[in-house]
Amino acid sequence: MALADTPQQRLADMRAPSPWLARLKPIGLALIVPGLLLIFWHVATARRWTRLIPTPYETAEYMVDFVFGGIYNDAFSATAHIHLLASMSRVYGGFGLAMLAALPLGLLIGRIPLARLTLDPFFQLMRPIPVTAWLPLSMILFGLGARSAFALVFLGAFFPILLNTIFGVKNVDPKLFEAASMLGCKGNAQFFRVVLPAALPSIFTGLRLGLGLAWFVIVVGEMTGVPQGLGAVIMDGRTLSRTELVICGMIIIGVAGFISDRIVVAIGNRLLRWSPNHHG
Amino acid sequence: MAEPTLPIIEIRNVTKTFQLQGQTIHALKDASLSIRKGEFVTLIGASGCGKSTLLRIIAGFEKPSEGEALMWGKPISEPEPQRGMVFQDYALFPWLSVRDNIAFGPTSRGVPKAQARDTVERFVDMVGLGRFADAYPHQLSGGMRQRVAIARVLANDAEVVLMDEPFGALDAMTRERLQEELLDIWARTNLTVVFVTHAIEEAIFLADRVVVMTPGPGRIESDNPMALARPRDIASPEFNDIRRALSGKLHSHHGKKAA
Repeated sequence: MALADTPQQRLADMRAPSPWLARLKPIGLALIVPGLLLIFWHVATARRWTRLIPTPYETAEYMVDFVFGGIYNDAFSATAHIHLLASMSRVYGGFGLAMLAALPLGLLIGRIPLARLTLDPFFQLMRPIPVTAWLPLSMILFGLGARSAFALVFLGAFFPILLNTIFGVKNVDPKLFEAASMLGCKGNAQFFRVVLPAALPSIFTGLRLGLGLAWFVIVVGEMTGVPQGLGAVIMDGRTLSRTELVICGMIIIGVAGFISDRIVVAIGNRLLRWSPNHHG
Repeated sequence: MAEPTLPIIEIRNVTKTFQLQGQTIHALKDASLSIRKGEFVTLIGASGCGKSTLLRIIAGFEKPSEGEALMWGKPISEPEPQRGMVFQDYALFPWLSVRDNIAFGPTSRGVPKAQARDTVERFVDMVGLGRFADAYPHQLSGGMRQRVAIARVLANDAEVVLMDEPFGALDAMTRERLQEELLDIWARTNLTVVFVTHAIEEAIFLADRVVVMTPGPGRIESDNPMALARPRDIASPEFNDIRRALSGKLHSHHGKKAA
């Protein structure tokens, strides 16, 4: 790549003191706040400010049991992967379906005035309704179980993808259409050669938000009486008054959501390396 | 075969009006201009004189309200590759590398891949961007971006290059270098250039003819052939005389404003 030839890159190379230190510094800084929180949690539980929350050590021990088993050997021992996979299949399934529906709809609404006039008011009206408000209706429509969770994740991911796709398609710099047409690229050919690539950063933002919301919604979705899933674990933990189970479920959701976001960001950085303001 | 006497671009009594808050604004009034193949014409004037409107009509981005714009005697109805536009703010495709930006025109028109690749490499070299062929526009300086924009139009076999204050956003030194490079390219090819600017020096330095335009309503004030030998020295007394004369013409409309 000629990237190394750019003045910015050369400057950056000169400034970096040593590659190892430069890489460790952000990690160290990022760990400060979680570290402080952990210390506070430890102090608060060790000094018995509350009796309902287990200590970090107890929680860690339970986490090991939840993932690998062999300590308590109860109904939840060594079941973490089952629940994680169940949740992941709903998150990615619902997200994938939302993407399949929202992308074409967004391109349509953004590009074709008739589609915009017909569909946009409806979606604007539906959008402010929180996904959680759909819970009772979705249980009636899809029953108690996995399908209901799936539907809620779909709804949660659908709107961010739709709205950002519309935004991206509508906000293409008009100069680029003029440039394309004077170069001989006209009509429908402009859709693939101008509109789609120009809208890509927005579409990606929508996908990232949508996937984040999908993880957000999964807990609510799995409160509809599914036997497996991290949301179900948290609900069970609550009814059984097993707070360590609740915390373990929360941590796994957090980590899984974080990793899936980093993957999307990495894909985005690769696809959008041309874009100066898109480096997550 | 085009007759040698037929102008490549002809503007006949073109008027362009638009509506603004219920009022009719004359962006351009009764303008006529004829440009022969190979000429370098600059359009100069203060903002609101219609120079950019005239350029956009020649490009085919806008249609005249009255009169007609012709290329080789045929009405201009839409933007076409033979009239390439270079915008002030570059309008490069940010998601394409330098090479792919230059290849955009040829590939849009269905030029065979191998042939397009040769063309692109030739023009990448012509504008001196060989080392940056794989870089993206945001990694380039303004001067380099404008070189890409010029190469993009040339690689697409443009006969007429329309330039809308192309060097207006560049620093003085870069601007001078690009002016010289542009003249060099123009001298080596058979291009016709229509160049809009508001800088008198730039207009005189570049052009065979300087067309002076005045605002309110936008119209062509005068068409001034430049007899100065090239390369031109902007510090010479002859250059200075022309500059003074054109400056007078540019400001001639001020007294008539009330009319």
